[in-house]
Amino acid sequence: MAILIDETRRVLVQGITGREGRARTKLMLGMGTNVVCGVTPGKGGEDVDGVPVYDNVPEAMAACGPIDISVVFVPARLVKGAAIEAIEAGVKLVVLVPDRVPVWDAMAVAKCARQHGASFVGPNTLGILSPGRGSLGMIGGKAESAKKWFAKGPVGVISRSGGMTSSCAYYIGQAGVGMSTLVHVGGDQVLGLRIPDVALLFEDDPETEAIVLFGEIGGTQEEDLAALMKAGRVTKPVIAYIGGKVAKEGTRFSHAGAIIEGGKGTHDGKVRALTEAGAVVVESFGDLPEATVRTLKTAGIAVGG
Amino acid sequence: MARLHEYQGKGLLAERGVAIPRGKTASTPAEAEAITASLGGAAVMKIQAWTTSRKAQGGVTFPDSPASARADAERLLKMKIGQFPVEQAIVEERLPIVDELFVSMSIDDAARAPVLLLSLTGGSGVEERAGQVHRLPVDPDDGVDAAEVQRLLGASPIDPKYHEGLLDAIDKAVRLAREVEARSLEINPLVTTEDGRVVAADCRLTIDDYAVFRHPELGIEIARELDHPPTPLERAAYRIEQADHRGTFYFAKLPTTGEAGERAIGFHGAGGGGSMMSMDAVVHAGFTPANFTDTSGNPSSAKVYAAARIILQQEGLVGYFGSGSGVASQEQHHSAYGLAKAFRELNLDIPAVIRLGGNSEDRAVAILESACADLPATVVGFRKDDPPARCAERFRELVDANSGNAWSPRERAVPAFVGSPGALSFDIGPGEHWKGHVWIDLERCDAATTAKVVERGGGVLRDAGGRPALAIDPEEAMKKDSEMIACEIECAMAGAPVVYVDLPIPGVDHVSWGER
Repeated sequence: MAILIDETRRVLVQGITGREGRARTKLMLGMGTNVVCGVTPGKGGEDVDGVPVYDNVPEAMAACGPIDISVVFVPARLVKGAAIEAIEAGVKLVVLVPDRVPVWDAMAVAKCARQHGASFVGPNTLGILSPGRGSLGMIGGKAESAKKWFAKGPVGVISRSGGMTSSCAYYIGQAGVGMSTLVHVGGDQVLGLRIPDVALLFEDDPETEAIVLFGEIGGTQEEDLAALMKAGRVTKPVIAYIGGKVAKEGTRFSHAGAIIEGGKGTHDGKVRALTEAGAVVVESFGDLPEATVRTLKTAGIAVGG
Repeated sequence: MARLHEYQGKGLLAERGVAIPRGKTASTPAEAEAITASLGGAAVMKIQAWTTSRKAQGGVTFPDSPASARADAERLLKMKIGQFPVEQAIVEERLPIVDELFVSMSIDDAARAPVLLLSLTGGSGVEERAGQVHRLPVDPDDGVDAAEVQRLLGASPIDPKYHEGLLDAIDKAVRLAREVEARSLEINPLVTTEDGRVVAADCRLTIDDYAVFRHPELGIEIARELDHPPTPLERAAYRIEQADHRGTFYFAKLPTTGEAGERAIGFHGAGGGGSMMSMDAVVHAGFTPANFTDTSGNPSSAKVYAAARIILQQEGLVGYFGSGSGVASQEQHHSAYGLAKAFRELNLDIPAVIRLGGNSEDRAVAILESACADLPATVVGFRKDDPPARCAERFRELVDANSGNAWSPRERAVPAFVGSPGALSFDIGPGEHWKGHVWIDLERCDAATTAKVVERGGGVLRDAGGRPALAIDPEEAMKKDSEMIACEIECAMAGAPVVYVDLPIPGVDHVSWGER
């Protein structure tokens, strides 16, 4: 098993005929994802790499049957409408790839998801990847290199940075450890699945034995994970690095969510919370692979995949 | 700026029917004097600056006469908050305050919804206000639950005659926050007065950067969350970001002390998390980034070039450090061309270490190192298997070997054939609002040189009887900036420095925006 994506999940791509939509559909197919159809208003009847295109989500579902996941590649200002269309049509997981989605739009999507019992990942997510099973979004870059870089194994990766999601997996892979699933939760302030939510999914996944986290300054996701660990709801080992040690308050560091405000969301506070909850927090990113191997060995978990 | 000043926030509240104190902003002592006179001779004066401690810093005064207002303004308008001069002060009536309330809306990332913090303990002391803060959920569509606010007011010591006015002001403030897509709104304090009014005595409003495009009415110049008003370099960087949508480019000035022994560096990251992680590594090696920069998401060579030029407009840098996640999915050779062009034009004489790990990293490192081989500076490229800490260590060795010599910003070197009538010239436009010209020195193009240029021209150029000429429509050539920057660098490395892409950066190269 893995979380969120595997070869059995039926995937729809919204914005499939755009530049990103086309390129990433090819990538997802190459990774083994079961992309069954796509949507672009006005382009119904076309196809992208053999994937049929429909004008809207309900039409696509009427023609192709139930859909588990929709991956959204539309311009930022259209993300809210696209996500709500999918959720109202009954899709239970929506992956919002675009960057620069207004935060009130993200909150509107969250409200709609809550009302329909759906969840979403992002906005501003590079995506999700389960090695050997499938991927969602743009994670991996090219299927050829992604297959080489990411091997199956016992570690679940959660990251607030897209580049660092791949980076964590690559360096840990170099140390001989494989991955169950890599999840980039997104760089924004308001996200669908947050770090603690993903950690709970990993906790329930029999194949995941440990969780590697790339956290950042800003917000409370890392502190909320620490609270779950303290409460005994996340019991698998957590190995973490928190970026932004030298960041000053009040300035945003690229990601919309990476800002210290009112003394909250500091590097120190996150490191302290996670350490107190029993996580291994490394000072230097370069130490993450070794710390992961050591933690797995200590816990008696076989590395490799 | 995505953060609004107090007077701007109050203006928006007033437009929606929330009472604000009588008064105006003053930019000169004379204005402060006149406003105070119009208010009846006594006033409150507050500097307009983004700091949470205006009072503690002496930025708030209570003049008793127009003359003392003038004297106070003389001082306030000369103040600096951090490195940034105060330009305006708000001059307002003194309110006969009965109760002070704290009203704050922010976005709760765990709830994925806004949350309202309310303190209704009444009285006028800060400690009392902090005493009991109520947390109320806000529905993104329907706002705050009026019945709940009413219940809290009913249980508070505040005189019931103010309740309706308070409820109305709170409701309007939350609606304003939604309407302008605020990330946060704080009114501290919202006051009741002896003459029966409910007045917003302060207002802090921060707009979501990503929604600024929907709110031209707010006149926000730079949609960036900074702890200071935008500097000229931040303005220049933002214009490039807006003009060229290929990839992202983020530039923020960071505080430096300028003290002896501080080792300020130009910092150029790639990817948000990778940049932050790399910055931590280079700070750990004893350096102070003068800026935070991130070019990522498949940036064009032109954009990376502009980023490097803007970073190198900063005085006193002892080196240039670049690093990202290490396994970038973007093609890194585009970044290498952009960096090489900037370093060559400025004749870089401080060490540069660039970690170019990711797709096409071998090619990227080769381009960067060979294009910069003849510079006074040592320029070193690293790959994904070189950890950031090792790169930072190598950087420190190079800076030490360069005796910590500091950078002085300079004009870019433009070859003599630029503007010459004998040169081939055509327009390029990295973005709709960012234009440049390609120049090719035809006088030095013999058959062999022409062959080199055409071969490296990325299909844009052809051999027209022994001289380079455009192979494509000029309209199409406009979009070939990446090909032509690569051509310039490749030709220079091949011993044929006859191509130059003139790409002036508005606000840096003394070319006004839109002039070309």
